[in-house]
Amino acid sequence: MAEALLFYTLAALILGLGVMVVSARSAVHSVLFLVVNFLLVAVLYVTLNAEFVAVIQVLVYAGGIVVLYLFVVMLVNLKQAPERFSDPRRLARSGLVLGGVVLALIVVVVSSSLRAGAAPEGTLSGFGTPFTSGNTEQLGWVLYTSYLIPFELASMLLLVAMVGAIVLAKRHLGE
Amino acid sequence: MDLIWLIPLLPGLGAALNGLVGIRFFSKQTAGLVAVSTMAVAFVLSVVAFLGLLGLPADERYHEVTVASWIPPIPLETANGIGSFEVPWAFALDPLSGMMLLVVTGIGLLIHVYSVGYIAHEPRGGVARFFCYLNLFCFFMLTLVLGSSFLVMFVGWEGVGLCSYLLIGYWYRKQSASDAGKKAFIVNRIGDWGFILGIFLVFFTFGTLDFREVAEAAAGMPVEVGFGVLSLICLFLFIGATGKSAQIPLYVWLPDAMEGPTPVSALIHAATMVTAGVYMVCRNAVLFSHAPMVMEVVAWIGVLTAFMAATIGLVQTDIKRVLAYSTVSQLGYMFLATGVGAFAAGAFHLMTHAFFKALLFLGSGSVIHGMNEEQDMRRMGGLKAYMPTTFWTMAIGAVAIAGIPPLAGFFSKDEILYRTFLHSQALWGIGALTAVMTAFYMFRLINMTFLGRYRGPEWGHPAGGEAHDDGGHGHAWHGPHESPRTMTAPLMVLAVGAVFAGFIGVPAALGGSNVIEHFLEPSFTAFGAFHAAEEAHHLSHTAELGLMALSVLLAAGAILFAYRNYVQQPAAADEMARTFAGPHRVLTNKYYVDELYGATVVRGTMEGANGLWTVDQRVVDGAVNGAGWTTIFSSWVSHVLDKYVVDGLVNLVAWVCAEASYLFRRAQTGLIQNYAFATLLGVFAFVTWYLLAR
Amino acid sequence: MLEITPLHYSLLSAALFMIGVIGVLVRRNVIIIFMSIELILNAVNINLVALSDQLQDLAGQVFVVFVIAVAAAEAAVGLGIIIAFYRNKETVNIDEIQIMRW
Repeated sequence: MAEALLFYTLAALILGLGVMVVSARSAVHSVLFLVVNFLLVAVLYVTLNAEFVAVIQVLVYAGGIVVLYLFVVMLVNLKQAPERFSDPRRLARSGLVLGGVVLALIVVVVSSSLRAGAAPEGTLSGFGTPFTSGNTEQLGWVLYTSYLIPFELASMLLLVAMVGAIVLAKRHLGE
Repeated sequence: MDLIWLIPLLPGLGAALNGLVGIRFFSKQTAGLVAVSTMAVAFVLSVVAFLGLLGLPADERYHEVTVASWIPPIPLETANGIGSFEVPWAFALDPLSGMMLLVVTGIGLLIHVYSVGYIAHEPRGGVARFFCYLNLFCFFMLTLVLGSSFLVMFVGWEGVGLCSYLLIGYWYRKQSASDAGKKAFIVNRIGDWGFILGIFLVFFTFGTLDFREVAEAAAGMPVEVGFGVLSLICLFLFIGATGKSAQIPLYVWLPDAMEGPTPVSALIHAATMVTAGVYMVCRNAVLFSHAPMVMEVVAWIGVLTAFMAATIGLVQTDIKRVLAYSTVSQLGYMFLATGVGAFAAGAFHLMTHAFFKALLFLGSGSVIHGMNEEQDMRRMGGLKAYMPTTFWTMAIGAVAIAGIPPLAGFFSKDEILYRTFLHSQALWGIGALTAVMTAFYMFRLINMTFLGRYRGPEWGHPAGGEAHDDGGHGHAWHGPHESPRTMTAPLMVLAVGAVFAGFIGVPAALGGSNVIEHFLEPSFTAFGAFHAAEEAHHLSHTAELGLMALSVLLAAGAILFAYRNYVQQPAAADEMARTFAGPHRVLTNKYYVDELYGATVVRGTMEGANGLWTVDQRVVDGAVNGAGWTTIFSSWVSHVLDKYVVDGLVNLVAWVCAEASYLFRRAQTGLIQNYAFATLLGVFAFVTWYLLAR
Repeated sequence: MLEITPLHYSLLSAALFMIGVIGVLVRRNVIIIFMSIELILNAVNINLVALSDQLQDLAGQVFVVFVIAVAAAEAAVGLGIIIAFYRNKETVNIDEIQIMRW
């Protein structure tokens, strides 16, 4: 019961904040909503027994990436927001259309899953063999044994992205 | 003897020197000296070569010198499979060519000397040009004589034709002279056509063009009874001979050739070039003796030409034309001789005729020179008093040609008549009649020119209305006069020749041994077949003597008749002309042969050419132009199709693309969100399809 | 209804995903579009973590780690591009970034 309450609360907040992120007029507001959104998602992760991912979510996403967004917003320092002259009706119309599409999709998915049979049984936390050791340790094992090569490739990807970002953001090469 | 290749070369060098340098730079004397000296050296070399030939045994008298390989071996088809067409530039010396060599260089030398005096009145460049032509002629004539094969001979053959044209048209500003030159050349070309065909056929039949090899091959073949390939060859060769040697039907050019300078007439149109045909027939004696039918044709053409030309000669008044027809007539004799198989007699007559005809022509040249270019005998007469040397030498020539013993003409002509008698009485009859007429017209010439009363123009009136310093003469005419020594000296030499040349051919009936016939015999038989055929039948010596006596008597009668008609009673000739007005007119007009040719051959050719021209212009040009118009029209059609159909299709495709792109490029907004939306729709559609299809 | 099944997580994920997509399609500010993309990635991550817990398989969480790494790289490069573009055009309006139209 408390679990369900927690989930619904979190889901409502996440979705509401997501709507706020998308619809906020100011980019700075949008970023702030995004931080809160990420933190709530991290809480959701904790409820799903994924403590390490939740910590990563907080550190990397909410801490690193969002700060990066904030810097960029400050750097760009818009005199006038692009949406200032946009047609409000256009936004509403687009949102309506997309809402319709979403509705259609949900209908399709639900109907198809009802047709395929009952939903997967049992709750998440009460089933399966519980993790014997801590989540972080297990994840470390898996990450550094089975997924070693993808892990190293990811590190290379980050390096390349870093170099690329520096090259792009630099005013001009040689200046 | 190995130097015989020098003999033609020397006059050739002289011609080159005079032609390339002399016309511009040489004085008259230098030009003459160059020409005379080259001929003199050539003559000396000829004599040396001839003596060398005499030193050999009779059946080894054949010497061939190859100067260069001319035409390399070319495979050509012949009657006996593929043959090799190879012609070396080679000269051959044998009794026949040796004799001709002496005649050409000897008489050529005399005529060169004579020309120095005769041509002296021409302008300086003209003299060098004249000697250039004269030397060039000797070069070609000697090539013709010495050539060891048909092709080398043909080079000379064409060359002398060219020189003949050049020399007849020497006074090219004179319309009649240049016309006569062209006539000679064209008529000769008709004969050459036959000669070339003959050469082709010789090569096709025998696979070689060498005279000796051809003769040997022909000797191995049977004498043709009907008309076979040998007969065809001989007929073609004889057509060539009629052109060059002025026989029916191609004799018409020779009388007109008298438009050239008189030494030219003497050298080319009496002594040497016109004998080329006879020489060629003699050279191919073996071939001809294997074709009896053609021999018969040759004999009849010869005797008819002799007769016809003699009758025309009876009434001509131009001194050179009389001699021209006499030449044609004597050439007819020579062909008569070859036609009856008496090749040696023909060649003998060729030689003696060269002496006395050259003599007569040079004499007439002297008369014309002395009479200031007057050629009409009716305006001469009594010239004996003014030019005694000319008179006596010409008289000797006339006696010689008339056949009065013991001069040269008697022996050669009676040899021919005797051999003809053996062959056919009809031929002999015409021949004898011709001999009588020869005697008559020759003494008519002598009498009208030198005896009787002077009928020429007055002289010695410097202020007179008739100016006589026309032509090339730079001085006034002072009446008939003897010619300079350079002109009379050759006359005397030739007169001596005309008297004594006959003694090398004294027949057995008169106690001689007919040296010349035995000397020439090897040339008329195939090599190694010496004395193959002896005469089948002989008349007794008495009968032979009887024939001689008859012809001498007839000739003497004709001479007396001429003396009566033209000296004692000059009116008698006119009376005769009136009595026989019809025949006289026909003869004066030369049987209207020129008119006949003009109306048929010349007119026909011109009409044909006009017709062809019309065809060319209408049909060929029309076809070409039609093709051109068709091309232009079709290209226009193609252009229209290209422009409106092909281009239209291409443009249509382009237009469709442009219109279609106008629609579709609306989708290409460049707005990323549009693309993303399209992607999203695609994802939705795909997911929906996937779920529904499951 | 009160029992929380993976279907609930999936529906939550789908909803969050749609919100992100709508943001990408509707907004014109490039920075907000990027943030919408982050939302989409988060939606995916929720799904992965939920199913990892359901199936007791750590691969899902490993994927999440990689997704976060890729998201970091994407954010770095994308924001670099935004800065470079802004420097040239003095704008971050995506409607004005249309040089690739016909």
